[in-house]
Amino acid sequence: MAELELKNLYDDFRDGDTLRAYAKIIAKDAAKLDRTINIMEVCGGHTHSIMKFGLPQMMPKNINFIHGPGCPVCIMPKERIDHAYVLSLQPDVILVTLGDMIKVPGSSGSLQDTRAKGADVRFVYSPLECIKIADKNPSKTVIFFAIGFETTTPMTAVLVDQIIKLDIENVLFHINHVTVPEVMRELIDSRDEHVDSYNNKIDAFIGPSHVSVITGAKIYDEFPRDYDRPVVVSGFEPVDVMQGISMIVKQFVENRCELEIQYKRVVTNEGNKSAQKLIDTYFDKVDLFRWRGLGSVPESGLKLKNEFIKYDAESVYKSVLPITEIEDHRLCICGDILRGTAKPPECTIFGTACKPSTPIGSCMVSSEGACAAYYKYGNLI
Amino acid sequence: MTKTITIAHGNGGTENNELITKIFYKHFENDILAKSEDAAVIEDGKLAFTTDSFTVSPLFFPGGDIGKLAVCGTCNDLAMMGAKPKYMTCSVIIEEGFSTRELEKIVKSMKTELEINDAIVVSGDTKVVPKGAVDKLFINTTGIGTIEHKGITASGLKEGMSILVSRDLGCHGATIFAAREGIELESGLKTDCASLYPQIKALMDADINIVALRDATRGGVSAVLNEWAKTSDVCVEVEEEKIPVIDEVRGICEMLGFEAVDLANEGTFVLCVNKEDEAKALEVLQQTHKTSAIIATVTQQHVGKVLLNSSWGTKRFLDLPTGELLPRIC
Repeated sequence: MAELELKNLYDDFRDGDTLRAYAKIIAKDAAKLDRTINIMEVCGGHTHSIMKFGLPQMMPKNINFIHGPGCPVCIMPKERIDHAYVLSLQPDVILVTLGDMIKVPGSSGSLQDTRAKGADVRFVYSPLECIKIADKNPSKTVIFFAIGFETTTPMTAVLVDQIIKLDIENVLFHINHVTVPEVMRELIDSRDEHVDSYNNKIDAFIGPSHVSVITGAKIYDEFPRDYDRPVVVSGFEPVDVMQGISMIVKQFVENRCELEIQYKRVVTNEGNKSAQKLIDTYFDKVDLFRWRGLGSVPESGLKLKNEFIKYDAESVYKSVLPITEIEDHRLCICGDILRGTAKPPECTIFGTACKPSTPIGSCMVSSEGACAAYYKYGNLI
Repeated sequence: MTKTITIAHGNGGTENNELITKIFYKHFENDILAKSEDAAVIEDGKLAFTTDSFTVSPLFFPGGDIGKLAVCGTCNDLAMMGAKPKYMTCSVIIEEGFSTRELEKIVKSMKTELEINDAIVVSGDTKVVPKGAVDKLFINTTGIGTIEHKGITASGLKEGMSILVSRDLGCHGATIFAAREGIELESGLKTDCASLYPQIKALMDADINIVALRDATRGGVSAVLNEWAKTSDVCVEVEEEKIPVIDEVRGICEMLGFEAVDLANEGTFVLCVNKEDEAKALEVLQQTHKTSAIIATVTQQHVGKVLLNSSWGTKRFLDLPTGELLPRIC
């Protein structure tokens, strides 16, 4: 196999002719169907790609995208962000987190705001940077506010592993890792409390790319088998997504309902077993994790195992952390958007009261959220 | 306006505009300031006048340092008004404990850059503050230049005109980001930091009618194009595949989830000319940088907006960058 360079990703996998060819195949197959197919891309990375590369403009009328809950920043409930806010203001604390988590407002503000007030808030690209920060600041407590799906969990697990093995005493964790299959199940198999129904429009899933590198595609077995929803695990580049969609449409044309992998260059059925093992060593599932926009989803989050509780900032700082759950804004329709029953522009506060600079609902928070992507790339096109 | 100032208010994008208009313009209001050009045009269009402060961290980076930046930044603001940089002031605020040798290194690189612009520092000030009051060293420079090409303005764009960039985009932003604490990527990247007057002079010598001109600093090329689209009441249609970006910058953007058009530059400008001047302008620009390119046309498609056309026929808006540039999570 020829070596794949980064350059190939943005040249070959964004090739105009290839994209147009896939658009033709999809249109031809979709014409054979007498119904609309609603395809949910679960992952925020896909939402971002789909909107950035304008793929909805290339779809026939009866192929529709539903933008899923797979943006780890967006789905973080305000009370968890308030934890980060309070922790960052504790004396002698350095709060470390990933990327755009810094921007997300909780009920009293964002980490950007506490940083403006003098808190030491830093973002890193790799969680292992925490070891360097802890080493340079021995009199401070470094708290890693861990977020993300199965993609980023192994990096946190490696950090926990190193902290324990190197006997580093000034690093603690606030764990907010969430898991994909549980929320997918919730979306198709749960009662929507607001409208008191099992309403959802999802006909098929584009499976997350990088989550599946870790977990393997096997975690989606249940969806075609038990719920009659085909899943195609696809890559993030536009050619990947177009090919993934054409595979889904083909399944409907041929009356199949299967789990398929488009993103074969990195995803296997079994996934990365050593990463899975490391996660199992340090983390347990929580009974319930509250998702912003969706509510509580059983077993959809992770926590440090009890034996590692001395590294858990939620336990160490228990006395100062707020415990009240904060409800979503009553005008926000993110729950409906995530279930596919509404599109962002249908929301009354979209682009007016709710904007990327002042997000009210979860989907406007990060560039990977559906509303933010609509706002940024094409609210008028 | 939020109750406290955050880093996002200094990003050159939406929040930065809000800060300037709602606080400074409100109280300092006058006709010259209201034009909000790179440099103020004073004395009946004879002189251009501007100031800028430099707080970059790290102070030394591949391809430059804060001193070079401090001269380029201010001289470039003058050059962007079609002015020849002449006289400058230089104020430095130094944190106690700063190395004398490093200070001299910075001043020497200022001197080198002054020579390129054929400008001189004629007044200055130094302040030393206690440890922690500033991050090592801040520099402010102010400059005056004589205007050689009149009528350059952000409000001059008309349908059919062409827009060029002077070189490949985003080198400075990508270099600084890669060197930041917490990222520390290894790359062969260098900042594009350079004095632009020589290139502007070459354009003027070739008799090109410069309609609009701006160096794409904070907020990158997106910020410049969005501002032009708004102030001129036109649509700027960009052909995405024509935007010049080198592989290293593209790689960093892909990894961190940025767009090269949003990244800061310190030696790259955007130029608007009449259609008939575009070939000649490109020829002049390519004498300095082979990567310079014609990237956009002025239309009336979506007035006030920048539209990005992909090579596969889809369209999207290129918005003003908002917030602090932060890497995407996965």
